[in-house]
Amino acid sequence: MFASLIDATNGLLNKVPAQLFTHPVVNVAVWTVIKFALFVLVFVMGTATVLTWLERKYSAVIQNRIGPNRANLGKWRLGGLLHMLADPIKMLTKEDFVPDTANPWMFRLAPLVAFVPAMTVFAVIPFGPGEHMMIANTELGILFIFAIGSLNVYGAVMGAWASNNKWSLMGGLRISAQMISYEVAIGLTLCGVFMIYGSTDLQDIVVAQGQMIAGFLPAWGLFTQPVAFVLYLTCAIAENKRAPFDVAEAEAELAAGYWTEYSAMGFAVLALAEFVEIVLIGCVGTTLFLGGWQIPGVHGDTPLTMIFQIAAFLLKTLFLIWLQLTIRWTLPRFRYDQVMRLGWRILLPAALVNLVVTGVALMFIDRK
Amino acid sequence: MGKLVNRIEPDFLMQSYLVEVAKGVALVTRQFARNLFGRKDIVTVQYPEDRRAYTPRFRGKHLLTKRDDGDVRCVACMLCSTACPANCITIVASEHRNNDIEKFPTTFEIDLLKCIYCGFCEEACPCDAIRMDSGVHTLPTMTRRDQKAGKINLLELAKQSTAAQGGEFRAHSHAGAQHGQSSDHH
Repeated sequence: MFASLIDATNGLLNKVPAQLFTHPVVNVAVWTVIKFALFVLVFVMGTATVLTWLERKYSAVIQNRIGPNRANLGKWRLGGLLHMLADPIKMLTKEDFVPDTANPWMFRLAPLVAFVPAMTVFAVIPFGPGEHMMIANTELGILFIFAIGSLNVYGAVMGAWASNNKWSLMGGLRISAQMISYEVAIGLTLCGVFMIYGSTDLQDIVVAQGQMIAGFLPAWGLFTQPVAFVLYLTCAIAENKRAPFDVAEAEAELAAGYWTEYSAMGFAVLALAEFVEIVLIGCVGTTLFLGGWQIPGVHGDTPLTMIFQIAAFLLKTLFLIWLQLTIRWTLPRFRYDQVMRLGWRILLPAALVNLVVTGVALMFIDRK
Repeated sequence: MGKLVNRIEPDFLMQSYLVEVAKGVALVTRQFARNLFGRKDIVTVQYPEDRRAYTPRFRGKHLLTKRDDGDVRCVACMLCSTACPANCITIVASEHRNNDIEKFPTTFEIDLLKCIYCGFCEEACPCDAIRMDSGVHTLPTMTRRDQKAGKINLLELAKQSTAAQGGEFRAHSHAGAQHGQSSDHH
């Protein structure tokens, strides 16, 4: 039976002209699909899915609790790992409720508008050495991240507005104010990075981070722009509207903020967008500040070093994800006016000063 | 005299948050590791498997106590159902074969959905016949009917009461016990 199946497949393949496989367009398309599948679907979505369980478990253990541990396959509970399978089943089988007075089209569209930009940004992240180790090779990497990444706010605001609910609306107003404020600061912060490395191409930036400062310190963004790293992490967590900057969700004040009216898969997609964005913040932070796929002292382009470098990128990303989770469960939340004050009166001036200092320093330091 | 609170004057370093956040992250990580390897501080009780014991004074599901011979102690005096503020106790009395006992309940039904667990029935009972010290937490059921606890059900949790019943009755109890088999009509 298998033999006949293989014969049939071969027969079909023989009818396809051989040039099709070597045609450049097809070649690029096939490799793009493979890269997309491995990087975005396996790593990003996999991590985001695990995070839905890991965040609850991690916070529980920190707070002297046990956390989700009940989902089981017969007698196997696997420490609750199966909750990440049980949750989608639950979300998919629940009623997808749309309030009577909501705008149904915008209400249904909003989760996608929040989710798609977060996924799109991964196209320009260089996860390995060489021009092929990114899904879309573009010279405008950082600008692309700014342009697409800031579209996120529309999803949340659309959902909040379309819900026709006062809590949602308040959450939506806060989120638009918050994200616009922090967008300014994050933009100015990252300017310092591409001033240092003299490029907006993310792959160029990562390659430049492979050098050494004074012979021992890797020229990572973390060491050349330490202030920018702190500012980036603060702004990025704030843009992801998670605690300590969760004024948009604010369970204590606004029911559940902008997603109060969401249930079932709409809610799941909005929540997943948040987790995808955690991974995104980790990836961008790794690329700009932790040297991307660079391992200090390791050079060469054999397949083995390449595999190690990709692994280094993923590990650094996981480190930043861990840092975000830990900060989220360490700090109490800010009040809304404190968030705005931090954004405009501390982070923005700090980013400007960082920019000026970087510029002056670059004037005096000899650049090749 | 009030308690003196040692307030920390925040200096610039503290107000910049950076050091404090790093300290916080270290603290959280230490606690995470402590609980992950050894579960030292985890306080969760895994409920259906492990249950915390109720105090002896906990008012749980009612029970009817028994006499020395296993017969129900209740003499159907209606004091409990009269005292009940929720009107949840229904007693149908009948004449007992033993003249010393006089009355016994043929049905004794408590609607647990109406019951407010105030304990007045216990206090009203002159015979120590109804008690709420079973330590059983009433569980949810699929129908309302299942929440009506009848005499058989209440006697399942029964304890032997050692209290003297009805004044001098105890002196005659051996004579009474031979005739005192009441059938359960529930």
